[in-house]
Amino acid sequence: MNLYAIRAIYRFEMARTGRTLMQSIASPVLSTSLYFIVFGAAIGSRMGAVDGVDYGAFIIPGLIMLTLLTESISNASFGIYLPKWSGTIYELLSAPVSWIEVIIGYVGAAASKSVILGLLILITARFFVAYEIAHPFWMVGFLVLTAVTFSLFGFIIGIWADGFEKLQVIPLMIVTPLTFLGGSFYSISMLPPFWQKVALVNPVVYLVSGFRWSFYGVSDVNAGLSFGMTLGFLALCLFAVRWIFHTGYRLRN
Amino acid sequence: MESIISVTNLNKTYKSGFAALKNINLDIRRGEIFALLGPNGAGKTTLISIICGIVNPSTGTVRADGHDIAREYRASRSKIGLVPQELCTDAFETVWATVNFSRGLFGKPNDAALVERILRDLSLWEKRDAKIMTLSGGMKRRVMIAKALSHEPTILFLDEPSAGVDVELRRDMWAMVRGLRERGVTIILTTHYIEEAEEMADRIGVISKGEIILIEDKTQLMRKLGKKQLTLQLQSPLAAIPAELADQPLELSAGGTELIYTFDTQGEQTGIAALLRRLADNGIDFKDLRSSESSLEEIFVSLVSTRA
Repeated sequence: MNLYAIRAIYRFEMARTGRTLMQSIASPVLSTSLYFIVFGAAIGSRMGAVDGVDYGAFIIPGLIMLTLLTESISNASFGIYLPKWSGTIYELLSAPVSWIEVIIGYVGAAASKSVILGLLILITARFFVAYEIAHPFWMVGFLVLTAVTFSLFGFIIGIWADGFEKLQVIPLMIVTPLTFLGGSFYSISMLPPFWQKVALVNPVVYLVSGFRWSFYGVSDVNAGLSFGMTLGFLALCLFAVRWIFHTGYRLRN
Repeated sequence: MESIISVTNLNKTYKSGFAALKNINLDIRRGEIFALLGPNGAGKTTLISIICGIVNPSTGTVRADGHDIAREYRASRSKIGLVPQELCTDAFETVWATVNFSRGLFGKPNDAALVERILRDLSLWEKRDAKIMTLSGGMKRRVMIAKALSHEPTILFLDEPSAGVDVELRRDMWAMVRGLRERGVTIILTTHYIEEAEEMADRIGVISKGEIILIEDKTQLMRKLGKKQLTLQLQSPLAAIPAELADQPLELSAGGTELIYTFDTQGEQTGIAALLRRLADNGIDFKDLRSSESSLEEIFVSLVSTRA
């Protein structure tokens, strides 16, 4: 295992975050705080409880998950796309590193940033609404697992993309709508029966539901199923990345 | 002499069907400076990219310092440093950070003293805290060399190292390359500046249309393929070469005022003395003479155009 390479990549990526604190940390925290003010404190105060949870508190897991998904994808996709775009990828490809070490470095850094961001949002939320965490261990588990899985997904997008526009297409056109429709702001049980069944096709439902369970012990789908679905998506992404490095798809050709 | 890089039956055909490399067989000797010459699109960069692991070959094998580049990629890549043709740098990083990043990426622990020495050797020490985006093109080129040297490679690829570099820096770079060779580093360079290859290389390889068409010791190549010419400025112009001298490799130029004699540099006898005697016998006087030798560039152009 080339630990020095992992450390070099990880530090390099974290240093990039340090240079862009406003964009990487402050901006997502601010925009999520606005959600808390509008939907939690203002509108939430006029809404009833959902699944026995005050609405302002109910949306916290969904909002964290929304930020976690978009930022994980954005961090990781940009992290690997930038060297491809600037040409510095030559150094990574010619270095004595395995695909696993590359993944640990890039995805580890992207996931770290997302987890930090998620925790910051959680702390910020305390200023606006009261909440509890029923299963802190599982909360952290879901947070880390989701950050890693979607950073991995972002890494794949970064390799696939051959322009800045493509880099944005999947997060904006697929992930954000799925997150909004995945129960971030409501319970799936609030939908008509037909749409409840349709919603179960949306993988984000399982992420939000599992994460919300770790907070309040209530969920739209079984927490174990949520965890299993996330692990399944992680395995799928790992398989895709292994294939990319094995074939050199968009990297070595 | 022992080979440090051994390329066997290497082929690369891109998805488009373009055959960039055709059955390349090449051995680079340990400790030499090898210049790979070829016109644009000949396959130089593809060959280097495959050896360094950046591009996958279609077929064939490559061994670097005894290690197969596919099966033993860690061992082979750790021996190789690459300075690519394009100025690819992390614009927002400092010189110090980017060189240390490269060292870590190649599996080496931090060594501040070594990085300092490399930066000083390349006149970059004063710029160590500068962001790369603030550096000149020549400085950026040096940063790329520093990155390539940061993990102490035994094989160094320089892909067009003098592209966009001023004369002074080019001379500095040549001195640095010679210094590296003295420390046992094998250097493979591609260049458009034939002067560069002529100045530095021990051996020359010429690649054209994806095929190696020649590998030769530089001195022997110049001796073998080089031509010397003796130009005589005549007292009186000639309308044609006299029939008595038709057996000599002579031609007229400058409106008949110059007589050019081409001879083989390998021959023990140049034939100049005999020619001068025969000119005198035929009443042809000259007022001045000069000799010239083919440059590597002329040899290269001749080789490539012959294959075209």
